[in-house]
Amino acid sequence: MNRKTPLETIIEPERCELAARPLYHFDLDRREFFKFLGAGLLVVPVLKSGALTQESGGRRQWQGDALPQEIDAWLHLGENGKITVYTGKVEVGQNIRTSLSQAVAEELHVGIGNIELVMGDTQLTPFDMGTFGSRTTPTMNLQLRRVAAAARDVLVGLAAEQWKADRRRLLAHDGKVTDPQTQRSVEYATLVKGRQLTERLPAADPLTPATKWTVAGQSVPKVNGRDFVTGKHRYAADQTLPGMWHGKILRPPSFGATLVSLDSQKAEPMDVTVVRDGNFVGVAAPSVRQAEAGVAALQAQWKSEPQPSSKELFDYLRQNTVEGRDPVGDGDRIDTGNVDQALVSAEHRLKQTYTVSYIAHVPLEPRAALAKWEGDSLTVWTGTQRPFGVRGELAEAFRMPEDHVRVLMPDTGSGYGGKHTGETAIEAARLARAAKRPVKVVWTREEEFTWAYFRPAGVIDVASGARSDGTITAWDFQNYNSGSAGIRTYYEVPNQRIVFHGAHSPLRQGSYRALAATANHFARESHMDELAHLLGMDPLAFRLKNLKNERLRAVFLAAADKFAWGKQKAAPGQGFGMGGGYEKLGNVATCAEIRIDSKSGDLKVVRVVSAFECGAIVNPDHLQNQIEGAIVQGLGGALFEAVEFDNGKILNPRLSAYRLPRFSDVPQLETVMLDRKDLPSAGAGECPLVGLAPAIASAIFQATGIRMRSLPLIPHGLKTNPGF
Amino acid sequence: MAAIHLAINGQSYTVDADPQTSLLAVLRDHLNLTGSKYGCGEGQCGACTVLIDGKALRSCIIRAETVAQKQIITIEGLAGGDELHPVQEAFLAEGAMQCAYCTSGMIMSAVALLHRNPHPDDGEIIDFMQGNICRCGTYPRIVRAIQRASKRLAGAGKGGAR
Repeated sequence: MNRKTPLETIIEPERCELAARPLYHFDLDRREFFKFLGAGLLVVPVLKSGALTQESGGRRQWQGDALPQEIDAWLHLGENGKITVYTGKVEVGQNIRTSLSQAVAEELHVGIGNIELVMGDTQLTPFDMGTFGSRTTPTMNLQLRRVAAAARDVLVGLAAEQWKADRRRLLAHDGKVTDPQTQRSVEYATLVKGRQLTERLPAADPLTPATKWTVAGQSVPKVNGRDFVTGKHRYAADQTLPGMWHGKILRPPSFGATLVSLDSQKAEPMDVTVVRDGNFVGVAAPSVRQAEAGVAALQAQWKSEPQPSSKELFDYLRQNTVEGRDPVGDGDRIDTGNVDQALVSAEHRLKQTYTVSYIAHVPLEPRAALAKWEGDSLTVWTGTQRPFGVRGELAEAFRMPEDHVRVLMPDTGSGYGGKHTGETAIEAARLARAAKRPVKVVWTREEEFTWAYFRPAGVIDVASGARSDGTITAWDFQNYNSGSAGIRTYYEVPNQRIVFHGAHSPLRQGSYRALAATANHFARESHMDELAHLLGMDPLAFRLKNLKNERLRAVFLAAADKFAWGKQKAAPGQGFGMGGGYEKLGNVATCAEIRIDSKSGDLKVVRVVSAFECGAIVNPDHLQNQIEGAIVQGLGGALFEAVEFDNGKILNPRLSAYRLPRFSDVPQLETVMLDRKDLPSAGAGECPLVGLAPAIASAIFQATGIRMRSLPLIPHGLKTNPGF
Repeated sequence: MAAIHLAINGQSYTVDADPQTSLLAVLRDHLNLTGSKYGCGEGQCGACTVLIDGKALRSCIIRAETVAQKQIITIEGLAGGDELHPVQEAFLAEGAMQCAYCTSGMIMSAVALLHRNPHPDDGEIIDFMQGNICRCGTYPRIVRAIQRASKRLAGAGKGGAR
């Protein structure tokens, strides 16, 4: 098979996720490292773009004390045998603390309990752009395996030197180097005792192939799981400091409102600190209730401008485009062949429009931050997918150098792409500076629903042409605002025009698990189903006729096989549908079965089969957990989640008004995981979500004859649909 | 401000707080028992669930002073020293969590369920747990964890709540 098709080599960075490396770098010095870490072995990988490529072999040693700055992780093996790995990636529930530990354990041949990961601490870990885009597994997992393999290499070399033995016959296992010929063995810790060894990576380290993995590839449980079932783990919202106060912010009455005047006379006599700084108004107090009372005592006048509302959203997006705003480069526009001519000459033509609403991430832990100033240095604990990005935001907000700001990220109560920004960090830091003491800010659910950001809404126009034999000849796909991730079609079409049109978004929007890939797959795969019906073909056969990519064909066939696609006739009120695609280096196909209660008219998704392939599987149990989680979360956006807004106000900013998937919504979930040990491991947090919505929409069509082209499909239940 | 007397995890506490203060705020902000989580503030998500006289209740919508005479158990009080409660064990064994922010509330609800109904079927579990949200979507694993704990408790011949 061809592993170098454009689809598999091009990774589309998502809008709102681009971030340059900072201009400022810390000076790294190996003496400083050992002062901090203690003696032992330090392995620092140089990024491929660095000086590494120019090396000509030989013993790899540091020139002087300066360490390279372009590094993304480091590993320290101490004299006590403890292994500490430093990475800027963060844990938000995707269980990468565990899978990254597995990678290190695998290559270094140590028990997973000997490894500690220090994650997302801007003072201790190397710069990292952030944890998003399903990039941790393909990049950091591989990098840590290389780092650990290099460490193992050094340790074997040390033992060989000590024993004057041929290193090729020495074995590293279970935290020791052993000579099978002499039966001698030595602990790693003993080898590094009293030494300050540094190593950077060779150009290509031989890594253990996936077929020989013993720790990686296994279902290792969450490494710090016990702290979570006992309530011991401290999320950002749980952090405390002596003398800490709590902060609350005075929110504008609507988006875009500006503060005209503020009367804080009634709040001043309270035991509070009031801050007004431009449009920012906040109160710090010894307790949350006192801070709330302080905010309530403020009298503010705001000036509001008229704002768009959800009922006119899709027209608004079409009419307010900003071309060339997407940073994806060639993702903005793909033109091959002659689409207009191909549409005119097509035997069958179809033109449809699909829409998606804004939806909210609703991480169960709302944004939270605790800030502390010491002189002109700032430390902030916060839950964010981009600790270094938040450091930059703080440095900019307070006009201070980044090396005076430290951001720490405790393992966090999820993000799903919703925690890329540092709002609470800035709010807490601003209040802490005024109150001259640590201040914690925890957003209410309503604040999280209103002042965070949303998954972009969008409109997608699709026009297509096909021959009677099922060959697609023309494909015109125009996406307004929802984004270009997953916009390309993986079906073979000679004449294509695919365009992304940026737009002025009425609401603040940003990343979201699978982001635009959900919208683009919904439109593309729904359209494929419609075309199949137009041509009188089975939707699976129609897809396969136009699909060459072997990895995608494999998941479609695997899902269809497990689902028994085409082997069962739908009963009244029953419907089957499928959808699938390619995103973030993963391949997914999803089959869904829905049932409609003949008496109540209620719709339930009763069964979902997902076939997923993301290269070599690192942790089967956690992979299954991610796939199931993506399906459950995807049900919300597919069926009922939508942010409603009117003139700058969110109308449903509460869990009692914004419905999330609950226990009773969960269908029977079946997953088929294709383990491709011959392919690099890819991430799995996002891709499994994208096939669900089109599969459900197609199943609803089969059951009812109603074609639904807007997500969510049934925000107020099936019965309220005019066609039902 | 008023002095509120509370019995939590077998210990007596006196807290000086505004009478309007929720039990959740008292636990988290006054007593530093942060295992119970804030998720919505309106009793919709279950992250703040604690046991009050054995019943699973949402501490975010209960004023602390109204439960002064009652026995309160939070996630911190569930394990017996180093020995985890069977429901905690079962959540670990089934990997029934991702970000785990909902886990405290899920476990407390599950303990109350098994106390009331030691052998629930899947449907009864789903009905009882409907008020707890796991945004990461680990619901099927949580159902399996509760089934596992149910079997374990039946085997040990003891009730679901301490």
